[in-house]
Amino acid sequence: MHAIEARGLVKIFDGFRAVDGVDLNVPEGSIYGILGPNGAGKTTTLRMLLGIIDPDEGTRTLLGSDRPLTQSKLVGYLPEERGLYQSMRAVDTIAFMGALRGLPLKEGRDRGRELLEQAGLGEAADRQIRQLSKGMAQTVQLMGTIVHQPKLIVLDEPFSGLDALNQAKLERLIRAQADKGVTVIFSTHVIAHAERLCERIAIIAKGKVSFDGLVSEARDRLRPQVRLETETLDGPWRAALPPECTPQGHWWHFTLPETGVEPLLKALVEGKAGVRSLSIERPGLHDAFVAIAGEDAAAMMDEPAPGDLP
Amino acid sequence: MMNTIRAAYVIGRRDFTAIIFSKAFLFFLIGPLFPLLVGGAAGALGGEVAKDIARPVVGIAMNAEDGAALLKAREVMADELGERRFPEMKMLPPSQDDAEALLKNTKNGLAAVFEGSLDKPLLVGTESAVESWKGEMALLAAYAKNGEALKLGPIDTQTVQQSAGNKKQQQLLTGQAAQVLVFMLTMLLAGMVMSNMVEEKSNKIIEVIAAAVPMDSVFIGKLFAMLAMAFIGIIVWAGVGFGLVMLAGSALPSLPVPAVGWPMFIGLSIIYFAMAYLVLGSLFIGIGAQAATVREVQTLSMPITMVQLINFFFAMYTVTKINTPVETFAAIFPFSSPFAMVARAAQDATLWHHAVAIIGQGLFALLIIRIGVWLFRRNVMKSGSGGRVKESGRRKLFGLVPMGRN
Repeated sequence: MHAIEARGLVKIFDGFRAVDGVDLNVPEGSIYGILGPNGAGKTTTLRMLLGIIDPDEGTRTLLGSDRPLTQSKLVGYLPEERGLYQSMRAVDTIAFMGALRGLPLKEGRDRGRELLEQAGLGEAADRQIRQLSKGMAQTVQLMGTIVHQPKLIVLDEPFSGLDALNQAKLERLIRAQADKGVTVIFSTHVIAHAERLCERIAIIAKGKVSFDGLVSEARDRLRPQVRLETETLDGPWRAALPPECTPQGHWWHFTLPETGVEPLLKALVEGKAGVRSLSIERPGLHDAFVAIAGEDAAAMMDEPAPGDLP
Repeated sequence: MMNTIRAAYVIGRRDFTAIIFSKAFLFFLIGPLFPLLVGGAAGALGGEVAKDIARPVVGIAMNAEDGAALLKAREVMADELGERRFPEMKMLPPSQDDAEALLKNTKNGLAAVFEGSLDKPLLVGTESAVESWKGEMALLAAYAKNGEALKLGPIDTQTVQQSAGNKKQQQLLTGQAAQVLVFMLTMLLAGMVMSNMVEEKSNKIIEVIAAAVPMDSVFIGKLFAMLAMAFIGIIVWAGVGFGLVMLAGSALPSLPVPAVGWPMFIGLSIIYFAMAYLVLGSLFIGIGAQAATVREVQTLSMPITMVQLINFFFAMYTVTKINTPVETFAAIFPFSSPFAMVARAAQDATLWHHAVAIIGQGLFALLIIRIGVWLFRRNVMKSGSGGRVKESGRRKLFGLVPMGRN
C-alpha cells in the first residue's frame, strides 16, 4: 500500500518545466527522502502532492485520494519557508496549526504543552513567537506539524537552518514517528541525512526522477571499492587486479572486479603479494547519487550548511 | 462545504482575535473622527477664506444724482434680498477714460462698469461679468429710477414640519449620506483586509495554511473576520452617536423617515455595507494574495480604488433618477449596486428589489473569491527558495502583469 503515488506529474511556470514527468511511490510507514539540488523541482513536487498547487499534467493520490486537501486531517506539512504569527504564543501557534487540520483548539493547546515539554521548551509555551530564538520557533512549527497525530508527515528541507543539536533532535523525532507507523517524506539537498534516515529515496534533477527505490538498491548500482596494501609491488598476483591500477606507495585502490572477492584473495595469497591490509567498502549514497544523477547534479548539491551534521 | 466553513471559521477566529487585540483596531475605532475633524476644519477654513475673498466691484460712471440713487437702491435691496446677491459698487470720479480703459486700469480693480443714465444704462464688462450681474443691475436701476413704487411689501409666513417636495428632497439627502457612509467604511476595511493578506504572505505562514485548508476558506475567513471587526466598530460608533443625540436632544434637526422606514433602512444599510465590503474586499484580498510586497499592493490598489470611486460617483449620480434605466443599471452592476440600492431604500418602499440585489451581490462576491483562489493557485508559490523559476525572469501578477523581481 502506498501513502503517495504520482504518475507523470508536470508543472510548467512561464514556459519552464519545473517538474517534468515525475513518478513516485511512497510506501506506507516508510521514511522516504527526495534528493536533489536546489531548483531540481522538489518543493514544487511536494506542493503538487499536497494539493497546494495543481499539476498541469499527471495524477497523484495521497492516502488513497486524488484530492489531497480532503486528507488534510491525516497530513502534517512543514514547508521550506518557515513562517509563524509573531505575536501568537507558542502554545496557541501549535493549537492553531492543529485546528487547521481539524483538531479542537483546547485539545491542541493541551497537546501543544505536552509536546513542548517533551522538546524541552515547556517554559516557552506562553511566550510569543517573536520572543523565541529561531531554533525554538522552528521547533514550535515542527510541533504544530505533528500535533494532530498525522498518518503522513511531509517535511520540505527540514534540516536547513538547524544547528547540529537540533538536527540530531529532528532525526530522532523522524525515527520516532516512523516507529509509530507514520509515513515520513522529506526533501533534502544534503545526502548524509537521507543516507542515515531513509529506507527509500527518489533522486530528482532538472525536474525528472532519475531513481526511485531502496537506498541499498541505489548503492548496489556501484561496485564495491577495494583498498589493498601489499609488501611486494609485482608478481603473478598483479593479473587479478584491473590492468590500469597503479600503486600509490604500497597502496592499491580499485573497483572490485566482477569475478568477486574470492578469486582476488586466492590470487593474492598464491601469488605471495604479502597482504598487509585489505578492505572492501560499499560505495556511499553520495557516490551512488553521482553515478545516477551525474556529476553536474552532484556539483549543484549544496555543501552542508554550517551546523549540518557530516 | 462543511470543511470550507469550518476552516474559514478557524482562520476568521484567529484574524478576529488578532485584530481586536491590536493597536490597529483602536485606530480603526477612532478613524471616523479624522474625516469629521478634517471636514469640519476644512469647512470652517473655507468659510473664512470665502469671507476674505475680494468681491467683484462694479464702477458707476453716471452723473452724481443717478449714482447716489443707485447706491441707495443697492442698500435697500441688499437689506431685503441679501448682501451677497449684489456686487460691491462704487462711484467713479469723472474721467476722460471710456469704460474699457477704466476696466483695464488695475488701480480701479473693477469687474464691470455701469454707465449711461438710469433711463438708458449700459453694463460693460467681460462676458461672464455681464451674464452674472445684468439682472441684478437692471433691478437696481429700476428701483433707483422708480423708488417707492417698487418697494417690496411685507408678507405673512407660516411654517409646517413637512411637505411632499421637501420630504422627497430630504429622503434623497438621507440616501446620499448613507451612500457616503457605506463607501467610506468599505474602502477603509477593504484596504485593511488586503494588508492583512499581504502580511500573511510576508510572514510565510500562507503555505502552512494553503496546505491544510482550501484557499476559499482562507479568503472567506479573512473577509468575515474583518466584517465582524467592522460590526464591533459600528456598534461602538452607534453607541457614541446615540449618546450624542441624547445629549443634543431637540437641538438636532429631525431627519425624514426613509421610504422603507427607519428600522428597515438601518438594517438594509448594514447589509449593503456588508455586501459592498464583501464585493470590494474579495477583489482586494485576491490582489493581496497575488502581490508579494506592499509596494505591489499599492501599485495595484490605486487604480482599483479609482475605478471603485467612479462606481461610487456613478451610483451618486443616479440617486435623483430612481427607476430610470441608468439607475437600474447602477443597481444591477455589482460594484455600484450596494450604493445605488441603499439610496433606493431611502426613496422607494419596494422591498423585493433589495432581496434580489443582495442575492446577486453575494453571488458576485463568491465569484470573485473563486477567481482570486484560481489565480492564487495558478500564479503563486511557483518555487522553493532555490527554484530556477525565480531566476528565470520577472514574476507576473495574474500571470500577465510583470512585477518587481522576486
